[in-house]
Amino acid sequence: MSIDKFTTLTTTMIPLPIENVDTDQIIPARFLKATTKEGFGDNLFADWRYDKAGNPKKDFVLNNPNYSGDVLVAGKNFGSGSSREHAAWAVAGYGLKAVVSSYFADIFKNNSLNNGVLPVQVSDEFLKKIFSAIEKDAKTQIEINLENQTVTLLSTGEKESFEINGYKKNCMLNGFDDIDYLLNIKEEITEFEKKVPTFSAL
Amino acid sequence: MKGKTLFDKIWDSHVVKSIPNGPDVLFVDRHYIHEVTSPQAFEGLRERGISVFNPKRVLATPDHNIPTKNQHLPIKEELSRLQVEKLEKNCAENDIQIFGLNTPNSGIVHVVGPELGLTQPGMTIVCGDSHTSTHGAFGSIAFGIGTSEVEMALATQCILQPKAKRMLIKIDGELGSVVTSKDIILYIISKMTTGGGTGYFIEFAGSAIRSMTMEARMTVCNMSIEMGARGGMIAPDQTTFDYIKGRKHAPTGENWERAVDYWKSLCTDDDAEFDKEFHFDANDIEPMITYGTNPGMGEKLSGSIPVLDSIDTASQTSFSKSLNYMGFNPGDKLEGKQIDYVFVGSCTNGRIEDLRSFANAIKGHKKADGVVAWIVPGSKLVEKQAIEEGIKDTLEEAGFELRQPGCSACLAMNEDKIPAGKYSVSTSNRNFEGRQGPGARTMLASPLTAAAAAITGKLTDPRKV
Ligand code: SF4
Repeated sequence: MSIDKFTTLTTTMIPLPIENVDTDQIIPARFLKATTKEGFGDNLFADWRYDKAGNPKKDFVLNNPNYSGDVLVAGKNFGSGSSREHAAWAVAGYGLKAVVSSYFADIFKNNSLNNGVLPVQVSDEFLKKIFSAIEKDAKTQIEINLENQTVTLLSTGEKESFEINGYKKNCMLNGFDDIDYLLNIKEEITEFEKKVPTFSAL
Repeated sequence: MKGKTLFDKIWDSHVVKSIPNGPDVLFVDRHYIHEVTSPQAFEGLRERGISVFNPKRVLATPDHNIPTKNQHLPIKEELSRLQVEKLEKNCAENDIQIFGLNTPNSGIVHVVGPELGLTQPGMTIVCGDSHTSTHGAFGSIAFGIGTSEVEMALATQCILQPKAKRMLIKIDGELGSVVTSKDIILYIISKMTTGGGTGYFIEFAGSAIRSMTMEARMTVCNMSIEMGARGGMIAPDQTTFDYIKGRKHAPTGENWERAVDYWKSLCTDDDAEFDKEFHFDANDIEPMITYGTNPGMGEKLSGSIPVLDSIDTASQTSFSKSLNYMGFNPGDKLEGKQIDYVFVGSCTNGRIEDLRSFANAIKGHKKADGVVAWIVPGSKLVEKQAIEEGIKDTLEEAGFELRQPGCSACLAMNEDKIPAGKYSVSTSNRNFEGRQGPGARTMLASPLTAAAAAITGKLTDPRKV
């Protein structure tokens, strides 16, 4: 299995200037009953996006035709709460390729990387600049360059670099998958298991 | 050479190899699974044409979706039933032990593991569920993972993880009579904020922690994830060993002696260093309640909701949005607020001590008219014990009812949903928008505070009942 390769992305953005967006908002629990990974994109942010009757709420950004793009820009501490990977499937299923925020919750970060969605962590100041650039012009663009680990606001040329560990970067650039890597060292793992302390068998 | 922390000792002894400039390959001793986050992982194995690496290290129990009434009947809700059946089928096909619905050892995965002696000091434990941090109370490295990682752990008994940084949180001093471990952790999260622990593994220490029972320690570690931490842990001691001894899957005979010898070595060395340290004084802590839509928005029950000026400008929009959802105003006094529902249960406070303390608090009182209360044991064993100890009778005399075990209204995936706009005092761990049902307004608290609210129909300081 593999994920989509990620190199450079130039795109308009969808702004969500709310802090502490938790995974219960990204995908509410009632949508977790599926047994496949398909179809979660339709329910991304379901409770903010649709009213009780299932009609799109006009004031929510995903329903605002002025905003579109492959990148979601979100307030500080995105993806906190539950470990549900369904949140990453919803983000990926909606067609997003990256999420930009000034802080990410750990598990969400791993989950999104495992699904080919790049979490880009920028400084609070840079995040502010991005939000105000979008406020000025909804069609303003951003460039995310994974190879150089940079994110650039194209309207002003302002640039910041972001962190990603070398292994994950390589996986994203080449579309590799962690499990393939681990299966390749299966014998080492089998040997290792013999040494770990075990006091009661199941 | 500097000494090692507890976290370092366990982590380092489980690293199969380190990938240069990348994560570690970490061997997993125990892998717990449940119905919601595992089906896609098994599907992945099937697509790859591979089998489970070592089924003996995996244990399953359905908990998130199951009804808390009439568990002997087929599950009515079709999608929930399918997920539970899928878990049964995947376990059967892969030779994995499952504690099936309504069988004697079933229940919430984080309640079941410890009470059966499956969770032991020094282990690495994962589960596709963020509250896996609960098991850290035994001095193990336990953390939640996503479904890709569930697939990874099933396929290879390892997961790829960068090593977290180390944080020490020390709580010294004595706790007041009605102050519980839930109040301690809500207090700490309110100080640390929901992102304050991101990137860290926390060791909880200090005299207040040492004096806690295992169940109280589990409540603390359970909610360490609510400050963003990878997990929380507490060094094992005599309290830990006494709790494990004699449980169904605990080591026995000579193995027990060997195990305890090893477990005693699991502590942070005196000269070890942490990346960050925080100290709290237990004497400062009072019964707590949350007023907002994340677990960091907590306050003393005797206090008030913060005023807008006291909030960081950047956070004011989120703060107002949150209070708007809750139907509260900045500066509101918390005591006296009317409530509609009470939920006692979950992997945070659904163990026998929690039910016991709730039952003791309501003894001799009656449930307030108009309050709906759901008392949900964390497992079948807890339910059984609650019946044997007479807790069920006490509950019924006061107008309450003991339901059957499961996650229930903690995340409202089954029928137990708080209706939109209603206020719920809940002993669970998350007060996110819609967590207990679309539009539900959750206030997190200890079982004692929940009891006081259930009797009076409003937020009430447990000292005044
Ligand atoms: S009780 Fe709540 S927090 Fe615990 S495992 Fe179940 S849903 Fe998750």
